[in-house]
Amino acid sequence: MISKSYNLCIKDIKSELRTRYAINALVMFILVAISVILFSIGNEKIQPELTAGLYWVVIFFSAMSGLSRAFVSEEEKGTTLTLHLIATPDTIFSGKLFFNLILTFFINIIITLLYAAFFEGFVVNNFILFLVTFIFGNIGLAISSTIIASIIAKAGSKGTLYPVLSFPILLPLILTCVQLTIFCFDGTSFDNALYEMAIVVSYDIIMVTISYLLFDFIWKE
Amino acid sequence: MYWKILLFVLMTFVSIAGIAFPIVEKPSVWYEFPFIPGLGENAKIIFFHVPTAWLTVIAFLMSCIYGFKYLKSKNLNDDVKAYVANQLGIIFCILATVTGAVWAKFAWGAFWSWDPRQTSIFALLLIYGAWFALRSSIESEEKRATLSSVYSIIAFVTVPFFIFIMPRIMTGLHPGSADDETSGPIVNFKMNENMLLIFFISLIAFTILYFWMWNIGYKSILLKEKIQKNF
Amino acid sequence: MSNYSLEIKNLTKNFGRRLIFRDINYLVSSASIVGISGNNGSGKSTFMKIIAGVLSPNKGEVIHSLNGKKVINDKLFNHIGFVSPYLVLYEEFSAEENLIIFSKIRGINYDSDYIKLLFEKMNLFNRRRDAVKTYSSGMKQRLKYLFALMHKPELLLLDEPTSNLDNEGKETVYNLVNEYSKDQIVIIASNEEQDLKLCGDIIYLENYK
Repeated sequence: MISKSYNLCIKDIKSELRTRYAINALVMFILVAISVILFSIGNEKIQPELTAGLYWVVIFFSAMSGLSRAFVSEEEKGTTLTLHLIATPDTIFSGKLFFNLILTFFINIIITLLYAAFFEGFVVNNFILFLVTFIFGNIGLAISSTIIASIIAKAGSKGTLYPVLSFPILLPLILTCVQLTIFCFDGTSFDNALYEMAIVVSYDIIMVTISYLLFDFIWKE
Repeated sequence: MYWKILLFVLMTFVSIAGIAFPIVEKPSVWYEFPFIPGLGENAKIIFFHVPTAWLTVIAFLMSCIYGFKYLKSKNLNDDVKAYVANQLGIIFCILATVTGAVWAKFAWGAFWSWDPRQTSIFALLLIYGAWFALRSSIESEEKRATLSSVYSIIAFVTVPFFIFIMPRIMTGLHPGSADDETSGPIVNFKMNENMLLIFFISLIAFTILYFWMWNIGYKSILLKEKIQKNF
Repeated sequence: MSNYSLEIKNLTKNFGRRLIFRDINYLVSSASIVGISGNNGSGKSTFMKIIAGVLSPNKGEVIHSLNGKKVINDKLFNHIGFVSPYLVLYEEFSAEENLIIFSKIRGINYDSDYIKLLFEKMNLFNRRRDAVKTYSSGMKQRLKYLFALMHKPELLLLDEPTSNLDNEGKETVYNLVNEYSKDQIVIIASNEEQDLKLCGDIIYLENYK
């Protein structure tokens, strides 16, 4: 099953590279969002708490503008039935999840680099904690976004509903990740952040389980 | 019929007792409430605020259960039941938010201060809002039922995280919050027996009221559909 | 010769509270061509989708079995080939790329000799490297037969098999169906008399309201 979903993911990447529909728009979205924040801050020095919050705000909205593509594009092209006829629901969900994971990591690395370059408050004092937060936070973000994207695609409404549905689901993850990012700026030790870390990891596990269980119902009409 | 009379009696009693019973320093007769430092006369709102919050959660749980039932049975009546539960849920959610905000204004000095429970009820309000937004965007009945059932369940599994994460991130103001050392869990905070009794009667009365409303609600929708089908 | 059988039991489908068809019972256990007929909106495509396991019925079930063993719904796609006007292939890829991608996602070997044969049969061999979006609708329809046949399915579901095809194309399809039905089951949903002439038995969906 892994190799089948890997191939589905490769297909999505190839298709994306050929049409360049989402990637270009996404990169521009990130630039615009960050420059709006930079303009509004001006010469103020903002606190680390606020920097951490703004960092996850940009991540959330970039995810919301890009991650629904995985399912919505199939629905737009009308190829949903074709996918039905070549793969099991599990394969399809895994393939789309792989694709969204890659996309999430791609956009968030860009965001992180831009933040590190332009925000004075963005100084990571506990790098390992930051790395772990980044990885597990992104995994959680990708999982929840993927399952909500599949709902959105079937609901037939493309844009506005996506952040509306995703926000309550992602709220616990984002709040925890903001807290962890603040810890990274403070230089809080890894041991003191274990409670929050455990929450993020269990969020990832629970969401991936429930997504696989429920995807069958969403996918089959 | 009997339980309707019972509900009437309970509700009347709660309304009169909750509003009219005086709060005194040292309660000596059964109809006197103790004075709770920091709350004073405001304490009385507990008989109306807590039950609405409780019903919000009950409605949320019921929509999740009926969502799950729908996915198993594909019976559209289960979806109607979930729908009515959520309709009532969002009403009680708004009531709980508003009564809570009013209470907060007098007890803590501001309508809103992102206390963990305030944040949680806000998240619930968002979930309810998202659920109705999702429903209104789907034409086909079955698709609507399936997708909203799935969304109910996904939203439901995130709830425990709010319970675990909120108190760590925010300072609580509610009685029973993590850093509130002067009081225990919400229900037994410095209430005396008769206050507790009225509190629980109120909780029971509101729960009966909720199930009654829910029952009428879904039956009326089913009847409406039956009539439409016959014409 | 495959031992595939298809059993339809009390199949009922509603859309919302509107009935499409009810209590269809049917059994196909040997190689043959079955026709599905009915007016527009009578549920032909719905019926085909239910058989393909893409749509679930409200009541009843469709049992596919291979060599006496029931095929589970999740694995069904390995045993059926599906052609219909509303099936869409990936337009940004070429015909050949499409087929390679499908065989990879299916997890089967890309049998290039067999595919070449099919390409030649459907008269698309010279255009196999062109993007599907440059194809005419008739060529897209031909390509769908490659999509349906590439994994050598035991059951062929053809929904309006000859839509958009020219006379030569129709002839090719009829030959293919006749050849195929010697040892496999073919189900054709159509209103074209020519298509239905091929069928040994015809189910009229109007009879199941």
